[in-house]
Amino acid sequence: MLNKTLHISTSPHIVKGNSTQVIMKNVVYALIPAALFSVFTFGLSALLVLGTAVASCLITEYALCKVSGRKVTTSDYSAVITGLLLGMTLPPAFPLWMVACGGFIAIGLGKFVFGGLGYNVFNPALVGRAVLQAAFPVAITTWTDALSADRFTSIPSSVLALPFMEPVYDITSGATPLSAFKFDHHITPSFDLAFGMIGGSLGETSSFLILAGGVYLMVRKMANWKITASILTSVIVLSGALHLFNAELYPSPLFMLFSGGLMLGACFMATDMVGSPLTTKGIIVYGAFIGILVVVIRIWGGLPEGVMYAILLGNALSPQLDQWLKPRVYGTSKKKKS
Amino acid sequence: MKMLNIHKDTFKHGVHPPEYKEETNHLPIRQFDFAPVLIIPMAQHIGSPSEIVVREGQEVERGQLLAKSTGYVSVPIHAPAAGIIRKIANVPTISGKMSPGIFLEVFPFSGQEVAEGMPLDLETASADEILKGIQDAGIVGLGGAAFPTHVKLKVPDDKNCEVLLINGIECEPYLTTDHRVMLEQTEDVIHGIKYLMKATGAPKAIIGIEANKMDAAEHLERHIPKDLPIEVKVVPVKYPQGAEKMLITSIMGVEVPSGGLPIDVGAVVVNVATAAEIGRLLPHGWGIQERVVTITGPGVKNKGNYLIPMGTPLRYVLDQVGISDNISEVYMGGPMMGMAVSNLDISIVKGTSGILVFNDEDVVSRNEEHPCIKCGACVEACPLSLNPSRMGLMAKFKAYDRMAEEQNLLDCFECGSCSFVCPSYIPLVQYFRLSKSIVRKRKSAKQHA
Ligand code: SF4
Ligand code: SF4
Repeated sequence: MLNKTLHISTSPHIVKGNSTQVIMKNVVYALIPAALFSVFTFGLSALLVLGTAVASCLITEYALCKVSGRKVTTSDYSAVITGLLLGMTLPPAFPLWMVACGGFIAIGLGKFVFGGLGYNVFNPALVGRAVLQAAFPVAITTWTDALSADRFTSIPSSVLALPFMEPVYDITSGATPLSAFKFDHHITPSFDLAFGMIGGSLGETSSFLILAGGVYLMVRKMANWKITASILTSVIVLSGALHLFNAELYPSPLFMLFSGGLMLGACFMATDMVGSPLTTKGIIVYGAFIGILVVVIRIWGGLPEGVMYAILLGNALSPQLDQWLKPRVYGTSKKKKS
Repeated sequence: MKMLNIHKDTFKHGVHPPEYKEETNHLPIRQFDFAPVLIIPMAQHIGSPSEIVVREGQEVERGQLLAKSTGYVSVPIHAPAAGIIRKIANVPTISGKMSPGIFLEVFPFSGQEVAEGMPLDLETASADEILKGIQDAGIVGLGGAAFPTHVKLKVPDDKNCEVLLINGIECEPYLTTDHRVMLEQTEDVIHGIKYLMKATGAPKAIIGIEANKMDAAEHLERHIPKDLPIEVKVVPVKYPQGAEKMLITSIMGVEVPSGGLPIDVGAVVVNVATAAEIGRLLPHGWGIQERVVTITGPGVKNKGNYLIPMGTPLRYVLDQVGISDNISEVYMGGPMMGMAVSNLDISIVKGTSGILVFNDEDVVSRNEEHPCIKCGACVEACPLSLNPSRMGLMAKFKAYDRMAEEQNLLDCFECGSCSFVCPSYIPLVQYFRLSKSIVRKRKSAKQHA
């Protein structure tokens, strides 16, 4: 009975549990309710945009792994997440060929050039989205109305525009709540914002479902609640102070919280572990930095929405934050410089 | 009776692995049968191996000296049983290296009386005599480190020992030897502490115990004579509290300087089973012959805490307790820091605190490694506030010297907390072990150049 060959391994011989793959899978689960809701509000076009985003990310990941001779990593769910997040930052009637470009850029430029999962500096989905914004400034700010009657029976012609053709829009709605605020000083009721009865990007609509998904991840300890809390707190504090100072000029914190991509950004993008700092102190500063930037860009910047740039800048800052706020090593009196 | 409060202070970070102690912590220590042949390696402790003083064919009494120490950082080895020296040859050890060893054939019908040695009276012995007595008894740290205890107890002339910390933490999952020793060898523990206080000159002693062993803490509290300056302190359960530095921080609230020793903050730390052994052996001048070992894990049929003679072959031990058909890995020590056994022909030695048997389905080592996703779990786990994520990356790029200079690599004591929490199953500790040995080699090469 004891002639069996024994295996040898190095300690520790037990592990805590959740693998990277399980975490990633759960991020996908957490995004699904909000994604489904966007399909409900915007119909078939939303489904097509999300589907194309995910598919293009997966295909790019597969192809680049093959070409570079690496192990194919499509099964680790990270490309699916990138695809879903990218899709959710896009307007519902966004041309599919542009979506596919975004997916290709997100994975190729956002992740692969850095060396793949874990080595990327920026959130890949936001890299994709930023390039799309620069390349197609018109398409990415053209919104269609939520809850239109024929949303499940017809597809906006812009969605199926041929590559490199200017898309033709059938119906466009004037503005998102943020641009309405920015350019017309119109403030949408917070209830509509929270529950998604509004125009905007796919993932900007139901802040409530996104927050629910985020809380699910935080409760399961798969996303760091401190990041989300730090962002939201700094947004509330800064915009609250401004609102108290002049309610005419500056919108209420509630509006700030539930409009635009803030929830999606705070719950799913800024919390992306790869781009955020490792240390608790770093995380708090990172969150506060993003929150403040969001408010500053929204109120004083030239753009209606600042979440994307705020997070990208936060990503760029995080390695530095880890260095600056390096915890004191046990038994040493001062921090070592490096 | 005084209620024991749980001490609130603790060290930073750390992890909470599942304990799995309930399977053996209520089982009394049982004497293990003598194996027909004991295989006793000479390299059982840290330091220079012992030198054999018997010859093949010689008959020995139980407790007789088999090998003498070869210097200051070395201890002698005594016969765990009466028998005849069958063979002197190289034998395998857990590290994979061979060591000179003795094959002792046990006399089957001997009464196994222990040969009386030179008793060391607590009242009359001087500190140095006690240290010598501890060395002569062959005592090393029984918590697993196997470092000669007398070396550790020697307080340098320019330092003072203000407190003797007795380590009854036993933070490794599965292991319950110290727990049982505290419950069953209480008098030996207390007697050992008296010797230790005299040897170190410590005015007081504190026994540190984790809150999952309340029964042991209360039991000790009841039995310690009120006039002795010995205190029991219960600390919250957290791994790796049993590490000397962490224990000192939890109990005394100070940090041992990087690269320093406990005595730099006025403390000497001794494992509780080691203290018990000192209390049991020194009054008789005996040498150490056996130790308590927890044998457990999903692959073991008769789990328990056993008093096993040194040199008992692992194969014999597993045969006696019975193991399942699909065993996959066997570890010596706990699951966090213990070593996997490659060869069942090695023996139980002074540093063996536990034997763990895992079946195929319990083994985690074949989990696929993923890239580091910078989740920060390891940073939150490391009790020394190191950055395992960054060091892991640097190890991949072979930046060993930078790891030591910028990241305090050499402070890492390989507790495994970082690997335990890593969702990407990166063998971080393994990287650090290798990196440390490379850095050390380079350093000594530089010194010799
Ligand atoms: S093994 Fe080293 S780096 Fe990892 S947690 Fe323990 S002390 Fe920290
Ligand atoms: S726990 Fe593993 S995956 Fe997470 S930061 Fe540390 S090394 Fe990276």
